Amino acid sequence: MRVRVFVTLKPSVFDPQGTTVAEALHTLGYGSVESVRQGKYFELDVNASSADQARQVAAGAADQLLANPVIESYRIEVDAPGAAS
Amino acid sequence: MKFAVVVFPGSNCDHDAYHAAKHVLGQDAEFVWHKDTSLAGADAVVLPGGFAHGDYLRTGAIARFSPVMQEVRRFAAAGGPVIGICNGFQVLLEAGLLPGAMLRNASLQFRCEHVHVRVEHLDTPFTAACRAGQVLKLPIAHGEGNYYAEPQVVEALERNRQVLFRYVSPAGQVTADANPNGSVNAIAGLCNQARNVVGLMPHPERACESVLGSADGLVIFESVVKAGSSLSL
Repeated sequence: MRVRVFVTLKPSVFDPQGTTVAEALHTLGYGSVESVRQGKYFELDVNASSADQARQVAAGAADQLLANPVIESYRIEVDAPGAAS
Repeated sequence: MKFAVVVFPGSNCDHDAYHAAKHVLGQDAEFVWHKDTSLAGADAVVLPGGFAHGDYLRTGAIARFSPVMQEVRRFAAAGGPVIGICNGFQVLLEAGLLPGAMLRNASLQFRCEHVHVRVEHLDTPFTAACRAGQVLKLPIAHGEGNYYAEPQVVEALERNRQVLFRYVSPAGQVTADANPNGSVNAIAGLCNQARNVVGLMPHPERACESVLGSADGLVIFESVVKAGSSLSL
C-alpha cells in the first residue's frame, strides 16, 4: 500500500531555505506567492492489510526516524485500497 | 586517562581527536567502531565531527541508531564524560542526550572559518581547566549549526547554566556579526542537566597546536583529564 509522508518544519521554526526560495520566486515575478515552507516527502510502500494499519506503520516510522519532533511535524496520506494509482 | 573516539561511517575528525588526546596530551586513546558494543574501558568518550552516515535524512539522524550509541547512553547515564563535536553534537541532539535540534545555517552557507567562543561555566568535565569568561579561538566547519530549541527550553538551559559556549567577538562580546549560523542566544555549545554530556559546534581538536592557527582547543581536553583525575570512574 502506498503511503505518503510529508515532513515540514513546525510553523514556529524559521525556515531559511523556504524564505530564500520565496525571495527567488519574487525575483522571478511570482509576487503573489506570499510565503514558502520547504519540507521532505517520503513514499513508503507498506505491506499492510488495511489503510489504518499502513497509516500506523508510517506514523511509527515518522515518529522514530523520518521527522525530528523538536523542529518538524508530519502529515500522512494513504492511498485508498483498490484505487487506481 | 583513556579516550574512546567513536568512528561512524563518514566521521572525518576522528583522527584529529585521537591525535589531540594521544599525541598532544599524551593520554591513552582508542578508536571505537560504530558497530562495536563496548567503549574499550574508556574514561571519556568523543563523538567526532564529520558526516556520519552521509548526513542522510538529517545530520545525526541515522548515527543515533548505531549499536555503539547504546553503550554511549549507558556511559553517559552513569556520569561518564561525553563530548560531541560538530557532527558529534548533532548526533547527541538526535539521540536526545542533549535538548534541541540543528537547523540549516541562517545564511544557508557552509561556514568554514575561525570563530571566537566564550566559556560560560567551568563546572563541567570539559571546561574545568578554563578561566571564567575565557575566549577561545576555534575553527568551525558546518552547514547545519543553527541551534534551535523551543523558547521555554532555551530559558531552562540558561536558568540551569547549561549554555557552556557562546559565539562572541574577539573581545568577548555577543554581537550579531560574531554569530556564524543564527543560533538562538548565540549558543555554540551546551551540556545536559547532569553536566557530563557536552556538545559544541566548533572544533577544539583541530586547535590543539599553534601550527594549526590556534592551540585554544587544548584546554577542553586538558579539562577532562583534570576532571578525570578527581573522578572515580
